[in-house]
Amino acid sequence: MDFQVVVLGGGVSKKLLPLVSQELPNALLPVANRPVLSYVLEYLELSNLKDLIVVVEGEEAAVHVGSWISGAYADRLHVEVAAVPEDVGTAGAIRAISHHLTSKDILVVSGDLVTDVPLGAVAATHRRHDAVVTVMLCSAPISGPSESVSSGGKDKTKKPGRYDLIGLDPTRQFLVHIATGAEVDKDLRIHKSMLHAVGQIEIRADLMDAHLYAFKRSVLQEVLDQKSAFHSLKHDVLPYLVRSQLKSEVLLNGVPQEEENGTEKVISQSNQQMLSQILANASESTFPLRHALGPYGTTSVRNTHKCCVYIAGSSKYCTRLNSIQAYSDINRDVIGEASHLSGYSFSAQNNIIDPSAELGAKTTVGPHCMLGEGSQMGDKCSVKRSVIGRHCRIGANVKVVNSVVMNHVTIGDSCSIQGSVICSNVQLQERVVLKDCQVGAGFVVTAGSECKGEVLAKK
Amino acid sequence: MDPSRRAPRAAIDPVPKFRQVGFFAPPERSQSGPPDPTHSSPPISSSLSPVMIPPPRHLSDNLLLHARPTVSPLRPDSSTAAATAGTSFDAADFFPALPSPAPSSSYSSRISGEGGFFNGGARGSGAKVAASSFPRGGFDLTAMKASVVPASELTTVSVVNDSLGIPEKEKGNKGGGSSVEVKDQSNSSKQQKPKTSKAERRALQEAQRAAKAAAKAEGNKASGTAASVNAKSAKAVKPAQKVDNAAVAASEKKGAEIPPEKDRKKDAPQPRMQYDDKSRVEKAKRRAVVKQTEARNRVELFRHLPQYEHGSQLPDLEARFFHLSPVHPAVYKVGLQYLTGDISGANARCIAMLQAFQEAIKDYKVPLEKTLVRDLTAKVSSYVSFLIECRPLSISMGNAIRFLKSRIAKLPLTLSESEAKASLQSDIVRFISEKIILANKVIVKHAVTKIRDGDVLLTYGSSSAVEMILLHAHELGRQFRVVVVDSRPKHRGQLLLRRLVEKGLSCTYTHINAVSYIMHEVTRVFLGASSVLSNGTVYSRVGTACVAMVAHAFRVPVIVCCEAYKFHERVQLDSICSNELGSPDKRACNCKRIWERTALPYTGVTIPRITKPPKMTIKMPKELTRSASLE
Repeated sequence: MDFQVVVLGGGVSKKLLPLVSQELPNALLPVANRPVLSYVLEYLELSNLKDLIVVVEGEEAAVHVGSWISGAYADRLHVEVAAVPEDVGTAGAIRAISHHLTSKDILVVSGDLVTDVPLGAVAATHRRHDAVVTVMLCSAPISGPSESVSSGGKDKTKKPGRYDLIGLDPTRQFLVHIATGAEVDKDLRIHKSMLHAVGQIEIRADLMDAHLYAFKRSVLQEVLDQKSAFHSLKHDVLPYLVRSQLKSEVLLNGVPQEEENGTEKVISQSNQQMLSQILANASESTFPLRHALGPYGTTSVRNTHKCCVYIAGSSKYCTRLNSIQAYSDINRDVIGEASHLSGYSFSAQNNIIDPSAELGAKTTVGPHCMLGEGSQMGDKCSVKRSVIGRHCRIGANVKVVNSVVMNHVTIGDSCSIQGSVICSNVQLQERVVLKDCQVGAGFVVTAGSECKGEVLAKK
Repeated sequence: MDPSRRAPRAAIDPVPKFRQVGFFAPPERSQSGPPDPTHSSPPISSSLSPVMIPPPRHLSDNLLLHARPTVSPLRPDSSTAAATAGTSFDAADFFPALPSPAPSSSYSSRISGEGGFFNGGARGSGAKVAASSFPRGGFDLTAMKASVVPASELTTVSVVNDSLGIPEKEKGNKGGGSSVEVKDQSNSSKQQKPKTSKAERRALQEAQRAAKAAAKAEGNKASGTAASVNAKSAKAVKPAQKVDNAAVAASEKKGAEIPPEKDRKKDAPQPRMQYDDKSRVEKAKRRAVVKQTEARNRVELFRHLPQYEHGSQLPDLEARFFHLSPVHPAVYKVGLQYLTGDISGANARCIAMLQAFQEAIKDYKVPLEKTLVRDLTAKVSSYVSFLIECRPLSISMGNAIRFLKSRIAKLPLTLSESEAKASLQSDIVRFISEKIILANKVIVKHAVTKIRDGDVLLTYGSSSAVEMILLHAHELGRQFRVVVVDSRPKHRGQLLLRRLVEKGLSCTYTHINAVSYIMHEVTRVFLGASSVLSNGTVYSRVGTACVAMVAHAFRVPVIVCCEAYKFHERVQLDSICSNELGSPDKRACNCKRIWERTALPYTGVTIPRITKPPKMTIKMPKELTRSASLE
């Protein structure tokens, strides 16, 4: 269907810092014991999109991601991995691979997206309206927008969450205003011309930009070429396109339908006008159309382009892994309520315990839990709503609640872990109590220490 | 006074009969639906329409008929003359650069805007002349209703308030064609199971009786033999039954020749898909591209129509966006737009479809070891079936597809691939510009002459042709007022209203349930049509007939504007046997259908009358020449 897909894998995000490292870039962060990128790739595969470009920031990260993809998706997908320098931003990443893009439309998917919204629907909406950009919006997570929640969530009360403010036209098909979290102050500025054209704008704060866009390639490339200062798709390119949609500066290539027959050119002039009028009148008058035709039937057609939205239904799951809070949430959801995303089959107790895992006597693993292969648990342990990775050794009388434990973690006896993330190769000695902590890879927590809401990582 | 009183009643009388046809025999109807417009059209007269016509009608028709044959010889002649004149003029006017005016003239001179407006009182100056040429002058009303309007090459179907001339005319047609149709009936009855059931039952009974007798005779022998005997005897009875049937058919046909069985089967049009036939629906489902869930609350009367829940189609189609590789993106887009209602209106849908096909042809490449003609035809067919799944085709689209396919089939083999593609593309462009745009222009030009200062024009829904007429008349400086009548659930009229008001026309907006209150101030009714069938029936959005009937009751002339490419040879006597169902969620009442036929007495479309003079027939488009057999 003439779509190219670009997956923005990211590099090593600062927001996720104790969890990620050069060896473990964002894209490979395990969610329910699978790298988060695999959710995107499988999501695309499900939509029959098998030709992908994955862009990763940083050479080393790119090598890691590339080797993982080539191992996991050898015959299933045709993936090209491109490495771009760090801190070029999403717009810079697209700019860097711009010369590889040839198809009519481009899908840009963030590599940290975990969703089951039908991708085809976004593309279909894009095509149906012949839009310049189509944005997928999903309902914002209840815990507040991810940007506001810094590590741990201890400062939840400190400031109210910053929301994306999204203005929609009355039919909820077109995007007329977008202000992302950082820009929003107390007041909201909307162009008068926009208000005049649309008539009625619906401002929503309960929607989140899922960072899944369909762009018209020609427009995207032109914008990126012209505006070299643009750094991010979400913060620069998208607001620019939305802002300028009424007086489009981007040259939309293809004045509709050049007549190929020279002899009929004379007729076609007036006919074309009539034709477009018939077609225009046939459709429900959406505001871009009304505006494009000008008031009171002036014949001069204005230069406009359309920015559309696809709003995912509330029953669909759609989250981005862009904060530590989100990481915990996604892990919990993938094992819990959005379990169809995980791709595992659940046992009768509604949990996943690998057959090679060993459980001690009187150890209970509750529902919505996952226990990776080769992990051992001692006696009288209890695991609730947590993910435990591969080859972990957990001593006796350990409690793990609402936590993520990655691979090769050693946990001593009588530890209690609650709401925490423990990275690979961490060693927790006896009687450690962790609450809402993040423990970086390879860290050793000494015996008997009690932490609450701390970040423990190697300096 | 009396005759004028009687006249409308006489006209109204046949209507319940019409209606009864629809409601009386739904099983037969459902099995013998009219042909699918997209398929290659069936051959002429013998299979004109499988629609049943109750025999009593013919008798009465024939009785009524006698006055008809002497249709004023004056009128057709003059109309033809005008038409030809207009044609050449038009060709020059609109197609200065066209190499040969022949093709354009052939289409643009279709229908003369005959009939004029009869409004009870004699309005025209030529009333008396026409009256004298009318043999049925006994009725005052007809006498008054002179056609003042000179015929022109228009595609407008001027519609007359007169309820006498045309229905009788149509009846005449029926009377003439009755043998054909009765034959058809018997023909179809042969193929249908329930129809033959009488004979079959008898056969079965006989077989059973024979079997019983045999069983009795042979006492306690194995029942297997009995069964075989049963089968045998059934077989034996079969030919007899056939003969029986044929005899019946012959007697019905009153001596009409019977073509051999095979031929008749071939002649019969392919029955339209009947959605109450379970096995077929299953089969069609397996082929379908778009998954459709069926509506749960079906209406018994409309069971044979495709009924799907509108909500489920779109998400499914969207979700499988990337799986539908055989469908060209442009076609896909149009299909999606049909499904979501982004494009509606016969003209717009047709244009959008043709443009999508044009694009698809542009991108088309002949695969190895295949010929362009065959492969492209198959491709177009697959696109069409995709579009049908999105929304049933309108008749205009069917005609356009037929045109395109015939152009593909007629491509000379010597053409190279690129030449063939270019020629097809220019064919499509020409179709759009000639059959749609130019036709609209001609309609507008003609219809504007019907608008006088001080008129109050009523229109229903939103028709592109009517809109253009109104705007053009406004540009010409005519002083008139517009009443826009609208209906739920789509409220298309609101869009029209908005555009008209923007242009500065003075408008009144009302809903259809108030149409009788507003009608007394109206002087003309302009309606659009989805199609005009060969018996003159106007096929249009539901509610159109109501408006036409009210207008008729108030003696307001009704003018239907329809381009000739929307004509179809089908004859449809009700709007049940073939229709499109709207979304059950949106409808407020139990009227589920989207389309409606407007019974002839209320519209009085003049096509059959125009088909009459042979000169005119030549200039008819293909679809209409086929319908010439009506006479």
